[in-house]
Amino acid sequence: MKRAVFGSRGLPYALLAPQMAVTLVFFFWPAFQAIYQSTLLQDVFASHVQFVGLENFRDLFADPLYLASIKVTALFSVLVAGFGLAIALILAVFADRVVHGAAIYKTLLIWPYAVAPAVAGILWLFLLSPSLGILAHVLTRMGYDWNYLVHPKQALLLVVVAAVWKQISYNFLFFLAGLQSIPKSLIEAAAIDGAGPLRRFWTIVMPLLSPTSFFLLVVNIVYAFFDTFAIVDAATHGGPGQATDILVFKVYQDGMQAGDLGGSAAQSVILMTIVIVLTVIQFRYIEKKVRY
Amino acid sequence: MVERRPFLDFVGHAVLVLGVLVVAFPVYVAFIASTLSLDEALSVPMQLTPGHHLLENYARVLAHGSALGSSAPVSRMLLNSLVMALAISVGKITISILSAFAIVYFRFPLRRTFFWMIFVTLMLPVEVRILPTYKVVAELHMIDTYAGLTIPLIASATATFLFRQFFLTVPEELAEAARMDGAGPMRFFKDVLLPLSRTNIAALFVIMFIYGWNQYLWPLLVTTHEDMYTTVIGIKRMIPGGDAATEWNLVMATAMLAMIPPALIVIVMQRWFVKGLVDSEK
Repeated sequence: MKRAVFGSRGLPYALLAPQMAVTLVFFFWPAFQAIYQSTLLQDVFASHVQFVGLENFRDLFADPLYLASIKVTALFSVLVAGFGLAIALILAVFADRVVHGAAIYKTLLIWPYAVAPAVAGILWLFLLSPSLGILAHVLTRMGYDWNYLVHPKQALLLVVVAAVWKQISYNFLFFLAGLQSIPKSLIEAAAIDGAGPLRRFWTIVMPLLSPTSFFLLVVNIVYAFFDTFAIVDAATHGGPGQATDILVFKVYQDGMQAGDLGGSAAQSVILMTIVIVLTVIQFRYIEKKVRY
Repeated sequence: MVERRPFLDFVGHAVLVLGVLVVAFPVYVAFIASTLSLDEALSVPMQLTPGHHLLENYARVLAHGSALGSSAPVSRMLLNSLVMALAISVGKITISILSAFAIVYFRFPLRRTFFWMIFVTLMLPVEVRILPTYKVVAELHMIDTYAGLTIPLIASATATFLFRQFFLTVPEELAEAARMDGAGPMRFFKDVLLPLSRTNIAALFVIMFIYGWNQYLWPLLVTTHEDMYTTVIGIKRMIPGGDAATEWNLVMATAMLAMIPPALIVIVMQRWFVKGLVDSEK
């Protein structure tokens, strides 16, 4: 730890003041409000407010719609993280291998990071729109009954594809950095001992890449949970039925549109708990990585 | 490379080229659609070669938006996006570098408390506190203002940690020397620390600019007036629902306009972008 160098009474507080002001007003106060409101029952006009303890939470977990949303979110994040990581890993392994053009491939693969999730949703919506999408046309021609407005699984597929497409660049960059930090001498030694590329990949590269993979897994789950709100809102609006009604989208709908304040606040508290757990996991991992 | 395997090299290039093409395909289709007339864009299947309406479509959305959806001019939305992205990135960097400076170079009561308070904000993304944050902003009369769009998003634990990490690597002798030469803390900050932090600032700027430009949920809540829409929100508002009522050629032109600035920044500032991305996740 660094020694204190400057002695000044007021200055450090003044330096921290802007960040603290924003943090208190827009982070702590709303979070506190969410927790407080999650214990209240009130109508939209706040004319009747009643303390109900944990009843909002009990109601939520008894609500089949909420349970369905949990299920959808779980499936959605598994698919997004699974495909996002697998595809990015394959691309990174080959990009690490090619001698010529690696830099060009990298540039051509990382730019989707700059595309807003909402725009990603709209791009794929346009490709897969049942009446005019060009991919939808191809699918229909192949005899496939493509209409994500009707078929729940197809709607989920649409948001998964858009979410994965947007996230591949991020995963790719981290996998590539991880691969490039593996000492070449290890790979060479294995090659001299007669291990083929696949065997080297499973016995040397994958184990050494496991910290990166684990880190990316957590990041991707966080991404699927929270950052994909825009994709869902832009592409499917949670439908058809509840097929793409992920938790973040439900908080927004119940709170902002349906006006269920207590229920929405309780959902916020549950989401906060999820973020806290994921953040703790992420930080424990970082502590481990130092020892690695 | 460890050994020569021509076949694997071939497979590698094939996979990468395929990856690049698949990644680029949706944007290519969007670009093509943005050069077509409405009838051409709505014909099934849509053509995959550029049409003749590129200038016309872009000029129209920039000046008038889409007549069937939101009719706000996209030039105004681009300006709003730019203001939002710049205010968020500059704001985040400014308040973070100041608090990191305070935490690393001073000892004062409650220092650790402040540090943990900043840390906890990591666990409170906008998405989980939508409604109450919206209420605070509404009560402060910040709906439909640039302040409301940006200030609630400028507290950043990530940026503070990044600067803190970096300051810890700056040799202590520099601060000692500055003090012996009679420089006060702010003088040291301005003349020594800021110039040393240039790369970090550039890297963070790229990441935060993209973050600000691509915001969706927050501007969706805070803007009710068309004049305050950001580009990303504007695109959404141009799709009133139902394929027939949407001017897809104009929507795609707007989507291109929304993608180009952040994509250019990623490509042109690639070195800082990669550094920023990797550093901010440590």
